Amino acid sequence: MEQAMSTTIKVNGREHTVDVDPDTPLLWVLRDELRLTGTKYGCGIARCGACTVHLDGKPTRSCVLPVQSVSGREVTTIEGLGGREAKAVQNAWSGMDVPQCGYCQSGQVMSAVGLLSDNPEPTDADIDRAMDGNVCRCATYARIRAAIHQAAADMEG
Amino acid sequence: MAYADEKAFSPSRRRFLQGAGAAGAGLVIGFHWTLGLPRVFAASANGPEDFVPNAFVRIAPDDSVTVISKHIEFGQGTYTGLATILAEELDADWSSVRVESAPANAALYGNALLGGIQGTGGSTAIANSWEQLRQAGATARAMLVAAAAERWGVSAGELEVSSGTVSHAGSGRRASFGELAEAAATQPVPEKVALKDPSEFKLIGTRVGRVDSAEKSNGKAQFTLDIYLPDMLTAVLLRPPRFGATVKSYDDSAARKVRGVVDVVETPRGIAVLATGFWPAKKGRDSLEVEWDESKAEKRGSAALYAEYAELAKEPGLAAKRVGDADKALNEASQVVEAEYRFPFLAHAPMEPLDAVIRRRGEGYEIWAGSQIPTIDQGAAANALGVKPEQIAIHTLYAGGSFGRRATPTGDVVFEVASILKAHGGGRPIKLVWTREDDIQGGRYRPMYVHRLRGGLDADGKPLVWHQRIVGQSIMKELGAVPESGVDPSSVEGAENLPYAFDHLAVDLHNTEVGVPPLWWRSVGHTHTAYSTETFIDELAHAAGEDPVALRRRMLQDHPRHLGVLELAAKKAGWGEPVPEGRARGVAVHKSFGSYVAEIVEVSKGEEGLPKVHRVVCAVDCGVAVNPHNIAAQMESGIGFGLGAALYDEVVLEDGRPQQENFDTYLPTRLTDMPEVEVHIVDSAEAPTGVGEPGTPPIAPAVANAWFALTGERVRQLPFKRARENV
Repeated sequence: MEQAMSTTIKVNGREHTVDVDPDTPLLWVLRDELRLTGTKYGCGIARCGACTVHLDGKPTRSCVLPVQSVSGREVTTIEGLGGREAKAVQNAWSGMDVPQCGYCQSGQVMSAVGLLSDNPEPTDADIDRAMDGNVCRCATYARIRAAIHQAAADMEG
Repeated sequence: MAYADEKAFSPSRRRFLQGAGAAGAGLVIGFHWTLGLPRVFAASANGPEDFVPNAFVRIAPDDSVTVISKHIEFGQGTYTGLATILAEELDADWSSVRVESAPANAALYGNALLGGIQGTGGSTAIANSWEQLRQAGATARAMLVAAAAERWGVSAGELEVSSGTVSHAGSGRRASFGELAEAAATQPVPEKVALKDPSEFKLIGTRVGRVDSAEKSNGKAQFTLDIYLPDMLTAVLLRPPRFGATVKSYDDSAARKVRGVVDVVETPRGIAVLATGFWPAKKGRDSLEVEWDESKAEKRGSAALYAEYAELAKEPGLAAKRVGDADKALNEASQVVEAEYRFPFLAHAPMEPLDAVIRRRGEGYEIWAGSQIPTIDQGAAANALGVKPEQIAIHTLYAGGSFGRRATPTGDVVFEVASILKAHGGGRPIKLVWTREDDIQGGRYRPMYVHRLRGGLDADGKPLVWHQRIVGQSIMKELGAVPESGVDPSSVEGAENLPYAFDHLAVDLHNTEVGVPPLWWRSVGHTHTAYSTETFIDELAHAAGEDPVALRRRMLQDHPRHLGVLELAAKKAGWGEPVPEGRARGVAVHKSFGSYVAEIVEVSKGEEGLPKVHRVVCAVDCGVAVNPHNIAAQMESGIGFGLGAALYDEVVLEDGRPQQENFDTYLPTRLTDMPEVEVHIVDSAEAPTGVGEPGTPPIAPAVANAWFALTGERVRQLPFKRARENV
């Protein structure tokens, strides 16, 4: 029997104490323990971005992040997303009908919000760098790119 | 934490029942299928039991219009498209329209284009629903009008309907659908209703926003993975390393020591570990020690299979198509062109790996899944549990993609979760989750194929004869759906109906027996036939010294809809005009699932010796364009999906074992791969046909033809990555 250990993590501004093995990836704590289901499982090896959350404000893959390593840090999931960038991104996403199956889109939105928070006027090359780690098997990429530009324009306006 | 449990508690069903109850005496319109003809009936609802789910629309006193979708929504826009059709004839207020998934009931929700079973596939959702939902909407509208006419003592002909409101110009009276719902439910069902002339369409043909965009942009959309039932266990299943192997013995002592593991059970598909969450279940699985019986397992690798297929391709096969005398014409041809094509196993890799939830309820069971063929899933679960199909209730949820993967002849994931529940025994609900590795290595691939083509030209360089042999596994065999000839239509579709005018044409098929379970993969046979036919016709154009578009145009004279998309794409792409420096253009045109698509691409030399695709001009003729915005989205999607298969994707077997396992080795198209895509839709009054798949077939051959124009190199093995490594 492995050692149980309770870990306290701060998610969306609230502290939660969970009793899981310390190597449990944050993704599965969010989902199976906290029932924050907007963050998705896609690959488990940080190669698809479906599990993207913000760790201290930066887009991070939660599927390979042991829960013990996020103690004392701020985790934001799509359920806790707020602010100007998030609003602009989600409005653009919805208004331009970016999603198809929609499964990857929480991760896409988290990456896009992370990008715009750092860089309110991203170029296509900036978008390439920020978004290439987020896979969409429906290949909604053209609309993702257009929606990020739209969100940037809306934030300016 | 509690909120998610509540939310997850049978969400769609509960909403459905609540809605039914709240609607009180709302209006339900549905169909009984009698002798293949729909008989419309209406029922006033006094309780949930009156809302038998043979209904396509429900109008509640709160003005909400709920369209019941018999088709799953997994990205292709079906919910929006189906609701648009019904709302059009109903003259509903679009902002009041919602969509709910139909329960499993083939008698009520069968797909006429899939032989009457309830299921989604073959890009048929809109096509098989078009008349049905127009009738359903028009009938509801007529009954609302009749109710208003009776209430106001005027004739129905004096009333107008617009945006969910019935009005009488003479008196200025108005009533909303919700206000009329109860009275409408008591109206006689009209025998016959007039459908709109297309010129009267207000929603169809316009940009109607997707009904699911908002909830898919804020994380609230609920997928099967998001179902959490009280006391639920999560299961992962260890499947054999080779297809066809079975469990000989296993040691689960280490697995059972993993904290959170509740049980380990043997099922017909492998060893399942049940735990309190995914992570302990997976850790438990990683700790299993299993000895497999591989005596009946498939042990051949891809290289051996290719070699066998290539030998078969040299021999005559089953006749799929014969026009003239192709063998004789080849012998007499002035010039013969030959090519062999190789196509690998392909995984579908939908973003949401397969999953399903089951729990016991009363005398039966409830299942939550992205159920693509509920009729099969019902049967598979019933079979595993030893009950009748009608004892299985299925809640079809949004699915994170499918591309064919969720439509299995054996109801794979549902059968598995039901088998696990049975083996475990206990009363706890179970969620089965496939890992990405399970997905990439789990089979149900687009099968491997080898094509051998020979084309003959006459003394003037005019192509006269086309001879094609196709070698590969039959997908339909498992369904017992192969005709007596032995020619599986899905193996030869797109080749046996080659549109080009040849005096002599022969298409042969060799069915191979391989122990790897096959499956349809977005556009099925067209995934390989479009590639071989559209690159080979390009080779013939080159041999004939003719421009690829000009030759196609000349040989497609009897196929106006092929010609229509070809001409439109050529015009919009500037075919024949100068190409930006370092780029070349390529073209492909292909019909699949009743829709015609031409794509013209511009490529340059990219990284790792692969083509970089900059621009795709796509022309599509899918009949009436129900939602042009969604048609464009589906073309973009089909192109992006097909591009990944063209450039990167393959599952390679070595000694029967899949070598790829996740997105680090099975490489999906990424943002930086995605070209600029322009979609142009041909104006048409023909009945609508599918758009989920037809965008995919032309992209790979168009890229290959452009690559030839750029480099002089013909790529005859997919993916490009493999072919280029072999250069």
